[in-house]
Amino acid sequence: MPWDLDNDRPIYLQLMERIQQDIIAGVYAPGDKLPSVRDLALDASVNPNTMQKALSELERSGLVYSQRTSGRFITEDETMLKKIKLDLASEHIRQFFEKMTLLGFKNQEILELVQETLEEDK
Amino acid sequence: MKPILECQGLTKKYNNFYALSNLNVTLERGQIVGLLGPNGSGKTTLIKLINGLLTPTNGHVMINSMAPGPETKKLVSYLPERSYLNDHMRVEEILSYFSDFYDDFDAGRAGIMLKDLEIDTRSRLRTLSKGTKEKVQLVLVMSRDAELYVLDEPIGGVDPAARDYILRTILTNYNENATILLSTHLITDIENVLDRVLFIQNGQLSLNTTVDEIRTNQGKSVDTLFREVFKC
Repeated sequence: MPWDLDNDRPIYLQLMERIQQDIIAGVYAPGDKLPSVRDLALDASVNPNTMQKALSELERSGLVYSQRTSGRFITEDETMLKKIKLDLASEHIRQFFEKMTLLGFKNQEILELVQETLEEDK
Repeated sequence: MKPILECQGLTKKYNNFYALSNLNVTLERGQIVGLLGPNGSGKTTLIKLINGLLTPTNGHVMINSMAPGPETKKLVSYLPERSYLNDHMRVEEILSYFSDFYDDFDAGRAGIMLKDLEIDTRSRLRTLSKGTKEKVQLVLVMSRDAELYVLDEPIGGVDPAARDYILRTILTNYNENATILLSTHLITDIENVLDRVLFIQNGQLSLNTTVDEIRTNQGKSVDTLFREVFKC
């Protein structure tokens, strides 16, 4: 299945986000080897050069590192993985609050609604 | 390395009509490039000039620094907009025809693709549907190890599932140093596969940029941009 990509944002950014998500979600464990650029590009149904760019950017961020001949690996730096996980979480929360604010809720009301939903689900 | 394609001041005039007018473009190796433009904008004229089927009125087109001729035809794998294959031939006969014709033709690869697409190689071409014929032709063209693939509307006539297969075929088979130039109107379908797009308008190049540059700078897809630029 091709990856689900939006059509108004840069493709390489979305590929980065998806791989980051997969790392955080544990699809790849710390220290795991990533599939080759070509295989990832095929899986996502995107241009291999675009996938290459996404991986280079991830490398620059430190989330993955490459070993000359043997390919790219996921970082084993747990602190970094944890930080990225928290960054993603705050991003989701920020977006949620934005949408709720658009619906006219105040922060306190939003918190109460979240509480209520949690109670209901119990 | 020399660029795989270079057009300088390329002009083609039919009577008083300029199909192409002073077109300049250079394509490097290792990219998949979309040639996009409305009907009658000059896409097929450019493609025919690259393949030596037309001669320029002015300017020149160079493939690996050579003018189109027998030497460049060894480097360029071309899918024309219309079939030139003999309808009475069987698919297997066409395969051996291509093997004779092109040193770089990989019959094994063609066989696998035809099998994946469930096309019986004993069938005569004329018994196949329009879409199936198009698939056969594309398989032939993509089974060459060419340096430049020039595909004139490769996915126009085939169903969406086959379209996906064809795009995957292009991604799987193309080697890192080859360049693919393809014209199409189905931009959404191929957008993620392209490195670069060329917009051609009234015989002139109006845009030459990468897909992600368009998205970064304009916040919209190539398809949306096309619809805006060429709004009727």
